[in-house]
Amino acid sequence: MQHLPILPVLLPALFAVLLLLQPQQASVKFRRVGSVLAMLLNLLVATALLWQQTNVPASHYLLGNWPEPFGILLVADQLSSLFVWLTTLLTLAVAVYSCAGDDEKGAYFHPLLHFLLMGLNGAFLTGDLFNLFVFFEVLLIASYGLLVHGGGKKRIHSALHYVVLNLVGSALFLLALALLYAMLGSLHMADMAQHISTLTPSETLGVKAAAGLLLIVFGLKAALLPLHFWLPAAYSQASAPVAAVFAVMTKVGVYSLLRVFGLLFGASAGALTGYGDALLWWGGLLTMLLAAAMVLAAVDLKKLAAALVLLSAGTLLAALGSGNAQVKAAALYYAVHSSWIGAIWYLLSDLIARQRGSVGDRLVPGPRLPQATLLGWLFVFSALVVIGMPPFSGFVAKLWLIQGLSTTSHGMLLIGILLLSSLAVLVAFSRAGSVLFWRAQPPIASATPTIIPSERTQVFAIVLLLLAGLQLVVFGQWWTQFCADAIAQLTAVSGGY
Amino acid sequence: MALLLPWILSIPLFSIVILLLFRQLSRNQQTLIALLAPIAGLLLLAPMIPDLLQGAVFQQQWQWLPVLGLQWTFRLDALALLFSFLIFGIGLLVIFYARYYLSASDPMPRFYASLLLFMLAMLGIVLSGNVLQLWMFWELTSISSFLLISYWSHRSDARKGARLALTVTAAGGLALLVGLILLGQVAGSYQLDVILSKGPQIIADAQYPLILVLILLGAFTKSAQFPFHFWLPNAMAAPTPVSAYLHSATMVKAGIFLLIRLYPAIAGTDLWFSLVSLAGLLTLLTGAYFALFQHDIKGLLAYSTISHLGLITLLLGLDTDLATVAAIFHIINHAVFKASLFMAAGIIDHETGSRDMRKINGLWHFMPVTASLAMVAAASMAGVPLLNGFLSKEMFFSQTLHQSVLGALSWLLPLLATLAAVFSVAYSARFIHDVFFNGKPIGLDKIPHEPPRYMRVPMEVLVALCIGVGVFPQWLVGDILLAASTAALQQTPPAYSLALWHGLNLPLLMSVVAFVAGIVLYINRKELFLFQAGFQSTLAIHRFEGQVQRLVQRCRQFSQWAEPGRLQWYIAAMLWATVLLAGYPLLQLNSLQGERGLLPTDWFSAVLVVIMVLAAMATVIWQRQRLLALIMISVVGLMLSLLFIRFSAPDLALTQLAVEVATAVLLMLALYFLPHRSPKQSAHATLLRDLILAGSCAIVVGSLAYLMLTHQADSVSSYFLANAKSGGGGTNVVNVILVDFRGFDTFGEITVLGIAALGIYKLLTGIPRFKPSADADGRSWALDAHPLLLRVVSQGLLPLALLVSVYLFFRGHNLPGGGFVAGLVTAVALIMQYIAHGVDWVKPRLNLQFSALVASGILIAWLTGAFSWLFGKPFLTSWFDYFDIPLLGQIELASAIAFDLGVYLTVVGSTLLILANLGKLTTRHKPEHRGQI
Repeated sequence: MQHLPILPVLLPALFAVLLLLQPQQASVKFRRVGSVLAMLLNLLVATALLWQQTNVPASHYLLGNWPEPFGILLVADQLSSLFVWLTTLLTLAVAVYSCAGDDEKGAYFHPLLHFLLMGLNGAFLTGDLFNLFVFFEVLLIASYGLLVHGGGKKRIHSALHYVVLNLVGSALFLLALALLYAMLGSLHMADMAQHISTLTPSETLGVKAAAGLLLIVFGLKAALLPLHFWLPAAYSQASAPVAAVFAVMTKVGVYSLLRVFGLLFGASAGALTGYGDALLWWGGLLTMLLAAAMVLAAVDLKKLAAALVLLSAGTLLAALGSGNAQVKAAALYYAVHSSWIGAIWYLLSDLIARQRGSVGDRLVPGPRLPQATLLGWLFVFSALVVIGMPPFSGFVAKLWLIQGLSTTSHGMLLIGILLLSSLAVLVAFSRAGSVLFWRAQPPIASATPTIIPSERTQVFAIVLLLLAGLQLVVFGQWWTQFCADAIAQLTAVSGGY
Repeated sequence: MALLLPWILSIPLFSIVILLLFRQLSRNQQTLIALLAPIAGLLLLAPMIPDLLQGAVFQQQWQWLPVLGLQWTFRLDALALLFSFLIFGIGLLVIFYARYYLSASDPMPRFYASLLLFMLAMLGIVLSGNVLQLWMFWELTSISSFLLISYWSHRSDARKGARLALTVTAAGGLALLVGLILLGQVAGSYQLDVILSKGPQIIADAQYPLILVLILLGAFTKSAQFPFHFWLPNAMAAPTPVSAYLHSATMVKAGIFLLIRLYPAIAGTDLWFSLVSLAGLLTLLTGAYFALFQHDIKGLLAYSTISHLGLITLLLGLDTDLATVAAIFHIINHAVFKASLFMAAGIIDHETGSRDMRKINGLWHFMPVTASLAMVAAASMAGVPLLNGFLSKEMFFSQTLHQSVLGALSWLLPLLATLAAVFSVAYSARFIHDVFFNGKPIGLDKIPHEPPRYMRVPMEVLVALCIGVGVFPQWLVGDILLAASTAALQQTPPAYSLALWHGLNLPLLMSVVAFVAGIVLYINRKELFLFQAGFQSTLAIHRFEGQVQRLVQRCRQFSQWAEPGRLQWYIAAMLWATVLLAGYPLLQLNSLQGERGLLPTDWFSAVLVVIMVLAAMATVIWQRQRLLALIMISVVGLMLSLLFIRFSAPDLALTQLAVEVATAVLLMLALYFLPHRSPKQSAHATLLRDLILAGSCAIVVGSLAYLMLTHQADSVSSYFLANAKSGGGGTNVVNVILVDFRGFDTFGEITVLGIAALGIYKLLTGIPRFKPSADADGRSWALDAHPLLLRVVSQGLLPLALLVSVYLFFRGHNLPGGGFVAGLVTAVALIMQYIAHGVDWVKPRLNLQFSALVASGILIAWLTGAFSWLFGKPFLTSWFDYFDIPLLGQIELASAIAFDLGVYLTVVGSTLLILANLGKLTTRHKPEHRGQI
C-alpha cells in the first residue's frame, strides 16, 4: 500500500465533504450511519498503518513527488501511526456516542468531527514544519466549531477564551516558522535538524528564540503551566462528546514536542541539544500539582474529568522533560491510556448527569439513578483504570513510568508527585462515587426530574473505549514493546533522512 | 502439581461470576456456590502438603510484560501454604457464618462476591512469585475491602470508614510500589526467588534505607501499625463476618506476611530492628491500652487486634530466627481466637441488637453455649494456659528476654511486654465479665436468645482449635510451623520446643504477673476510666473527614486563585512567557545585524511606513469609536499592500487588497451587532502595565524581524525558482508554490477556510434574532436601506467583477493572480448585491447552497490530487502539457488549474457562507440549524 500514509488525512477530509454534500432530505439516521461507517473505515486504515509500521522502517510519502527536502513529506513511523490509531479509535467512539442525540444539537457536527480527525492525523503524520502549522489550523478551526456545538452563553464564553489564546498561539507559530526558515533555509524537519548541527553562534541564538516560541505554541496546546488556562473551562463547558474528543487535543501538543523537539534538538544539535527539557520538567511538575489540587477541588464530574486531563498532560510533559528514553516510552503508553480514559470520564459524567435531573453532575446528593447498576459498574471500572489500580492500563503506565524514573538521578521528585496525585485521584473518586451512588435519596414523587435513560449507543461507546484500554493490558507485551521501539526509532532517525 | 496453582485462584473467580449472573438463586444455593471456592481450594492444596512440608517449592509462570519485568508467577511454599490454609479455612467458616448473619434484606450475591474477591486477592498476595504481581493483589485487597466495609452503603459510618481504610492502605500501597520497584532494581529482578537470594547485596546498597522505609510504610499501613492504626477501629462499620475475616485473619496480616516473606532480603540490619520493633512496641502498647476503654465489643476487639499485630511486628523486629518462628506461631493463634471472638460479637449483636457493653450484661443466662465458647476464646486472647494464645505469648516473653539489642536498656522490653500483657488480660476480663455477667441487660430492644444452631458451628470449630493447639501444639501445628518458618527464613530455624510446660521460668512468671495484675486492673478500672475521660477525644474518622474537607477547601481556593477566568490575564501570561523565552537568547547576542547589508531608505517606502505606523496608533487611540478605528485599521492594510508592491510582491499585494475588502465588510456587519457602549477606560496603572507588556513584545518581535531580514542563508527557495517552469509548468513561482510545490498546504488551508465558514454558520444559528433600532447616540438607522445609487452601481459592477475574477483565475499560473484572489473578487461582488438589494431580492436570483459550494471546492481539489494515484504517483503530483489548438494558438493545460478551481470555489463558498449569513441575521432568512443553508 503505497498511499497508506496519506489516507488517514485524506479519507476524513473526503468523508467530511461527502457528509456536507448529502442531500437536504437525507434522514438523520442516514447521516449518522454514514458518519459511523466512515469512521470505521478510518479505523481500518489506521489499523493497517499501525500494523504495517510494526515491521517496516518509517515510510516517507513525498507529496507531489517532489524530492526531499523541497516538497512536503509525510512520515509514517511507529510514533505517528500510534497517535493516528489512538485518535481514530477515540473519534469513532465519540461519533457513536453522539448518535444518541448530541449531534443534532447544532449544525455540522459530523463533518466537523471528520475535519478534526483530518487535522489531528495530519499533524501527527507530517514531516514538514509549515505543514504542521497548517494542520494545527485545521484541527483548531474544527475544534472551535465543535466547542460551540450546542450553544449557550457559558459555552460561547469559554470558547472565546480558547479561540483568542489559540489565535495568539498561531501568530507566534508563524513568527517561529519565519525565524527558523530564515536561519535554516528549510522547513523539512529532518533537513532542519541537519542544518542545526552546523550553525554559527548568532544563528544558534536565533534558532533558540524560535525554539522558545515553539515551546510556547506547543505548550499552549499541551496545557503546560502557565499556558493551561483555556483547558479547564473549555473542557468542562463543551458538550460531552466534544469534550471527550478533546481529551486528545493536549496530546497533539505533547506529540509535537516529542517529534519536533526530538528531531531538531536531538543528540546532534550541539548547543541546542535537549533544549526545553528543564522547562518541560519543572513546568510539567507544577502542572501536575495544580491538576492534583483541581482534582480534589472539583465540584462536579466534568471539572474532575478536566482536572484529570490536565494531570495527564502535566505527567506527560514532565516525562518528556526527563530526557530518559525509558520514561519517554512509558509516557507514550501513558498517552494512549490517558486519552481514552479521559474521554470515558466526559462521556460517563454526561450519562450520570442526565439521570440526576437538575442536580446534574454536581457532587452533591441527588436522586437515585434509575440505571444505578449499569452506571455503577461503568463508574467503578473507569475509576479503577484512571486511579491506576492493577491490572488496568493506568497501573501498567504508572509502573513503567516509575521504573524508568527511578533509574534517573532526579526522577524521585516526579515519582513523589505522581504518587501524590494518584492518591488525590483516589480520594476524589471514592468521595464522588459515594456521593453519587450511595448518598442518593429516593426520588420525590411530586417533582419527578427529567430522567433520560442511557442509550445503547452511548453505553457502547464507553464500553468500546474501556475495552480498548483493556487490550492495552491483555496485549501488554506487544504494546510496551511497540512504545519502546517507537522511541528508539525516533532517536535513531534524528540522525538523517 | 504447580499447574494446579492458577486453578486455586480461578475458582473464587468462577464463583463470583456465577453469583453475579444468577441473582435469583436461593440463599442456601448462593452460600453453597460461595463455599465451593474455599472447599475446592483446600482440596487442591491437600495433595501438595507432604512435599511442601519437606521444603518443596512449586512454581508456575507465564510471560506478560517482559519490558517491565512483570510476569505472572505463582509460587507455593510452606509459608504460602500456611497462609492459604488460614485464608481458605477461616474464609470457609465465615461464609458459612454469614449465611445466618445477613438479614433477608441484605443483598447476598454482592456480599459473597466481594468476600470471594477479597479471598482471591489475599491468595494472590500469598501465592505471588513476583513482587510486582504481589503488589497488584495487594491493591486488590484494598479495593475489595473497601467494597466489604461499605457493604451497608446507606450508613454514613460505613461509607466513611471504608474511605478512610482505602485512603490509608492505598497511600501505603503507593509507597510500597516504589519500594518494591527499587528493591527489584537493586536485586536485578522482580522475581521473588532472585530477591530472596540477594539479601546481602540489597542490604549493602545505598538505596537500602529508602527501600526499607517505603516497604515498611506499605506493610504498616496495611497491618494497622502505629501511627497508622487509626483506620482499623473505623472499619468496624463493616458487617461482623467481614471483620472476622479481614480484621482478624487476613487483610491485616497481609502487611505482616510481606515482612515475613521479604525477611531474608531486607531484615537483619539495625535500621530494620529500630523501625520494626519500635513500631511494633508502640502498637502493642497503644492497642492494649485503648482496647480497655472501648464500650463497643467490636471496638474492643479492633484495638486488641491492633495490639496483637503490634506484638507480631515486635517479634519480627527483634530480628532473631526464633522470634520469627514465634511470630508465625502467633499469627495462627491470633487468627483462630480472634475470628471466633468476632463471630461471638456478631452473634451477640444479632441476638440483642446492640454491641454496647454498658447495655448488654448478663448474657450468660440467655445464651450459655455461646457464652462458654466466647469465654474460652477470650481466655486464649488473654493468654490463659491450655489454650493456644498462652503458648505463643510465652514464646514472645522468652524472646523479649533473650535480646540485647537495646544495650543497657534491654531490661525495658520484657517490662513493657508484661505491661501490655496486663492490659490484655484486663480487656479480656472486661469482655467476659461485662458481656456475660455484671448484672442484667439494660434497655435492649429484644430479649436475647441463642442463635440458630448452625450459626454457632464455625465458632465451635475455632474454639476447638484453640484448645487443641493449646494442649497438643506439636501434634497439630508442629510440622507446618517448622516448614513455614524454614521457608520464611530460607534456612532451618534453631531448635525450639512447642510444649505446654517448660518448667518454672521467667516467661511463666511474667504470665502470672500479667494475669494477676490484669485482674486487679480490671477490678479498679473505674479510676482508669475517669482518668481517660479527662482527655478530649475526637474520633479518627471525624478528624480524617475534617482534614479532607479542609484540604478540599484549600484546593478550591487555590484553583480559583490559579484560574481567575480572565482572558486578559491569560494572554498576559502567554505574552510574558514569549518575551522571556524568545527575548532571553537575544540578550546573549552581540549584534542583531546579520551578514546581509542594509538597503538605503527610499522616500516612498518611508512615507508608507510612517502612515502605517500612524494609522496603527490611531486605531488604538480611537478604539472606542469603532467605525473610525475600522477605517484606520484598513489604512494599515492598504499601506501593507502598497509595501508589498514596493518590494515586488504583486501576488501578495493583490491578495492583501482583496482580503482587506472582505474583512472590512465582515467587520462592518459585526460592528452592527456589537454593544454600542464600550467598556470603561482602564485605570492609569493598568494602562502603564499593559504598555510595558506591549512594548516588550514589540522590542522582541522587532529585534527578531531585524535578525531575520539581515540574515543570509541558503534556502530551498532557490530550488523553487529553478524548477517552477520546468517542473511545475508555471512562470509565477508564488502560484506554483501554492498549487504545486506546497499544494498540500493549500489543500489544508482551503479546508481551514471551509471549516471556518461552517463554524461561523454554526455559531450564527445559535444567536437569537435581534435588530438594534438605533446606534449608540440614539440616531435611528437610515430609512432607505438600499440606496438607489448603490443598487445601480453594484448591479453594473457584477458582470465586470466576474470577468475580472475569471481573468485573474486563468492568468494565475504564470502571472499574478490565481484561484484565491479570483474567489475573493467574486465573493465580494456577490456580497455587494446583498448589501445593495437585500436578501429578499438576491435569494430568488442566486439560490446557491454555500456549504455545498465549499464542499465541492474541497472535493475538486481532493480529486485533482488523487488523480495522480491512477499513474502510481503520490497525491498532488502535477501534470501539464502544451497543446496547439486552432485559433487560440498554443495553450497550456495543467492539473494545477483544476486544483486552483477547487481553491476558487472554496473561497467563494466560504466567504459567502460567512458574510451572507451574518447579514441575514436580522432578516427572516436568519440561519437555522437544518434550514436552507
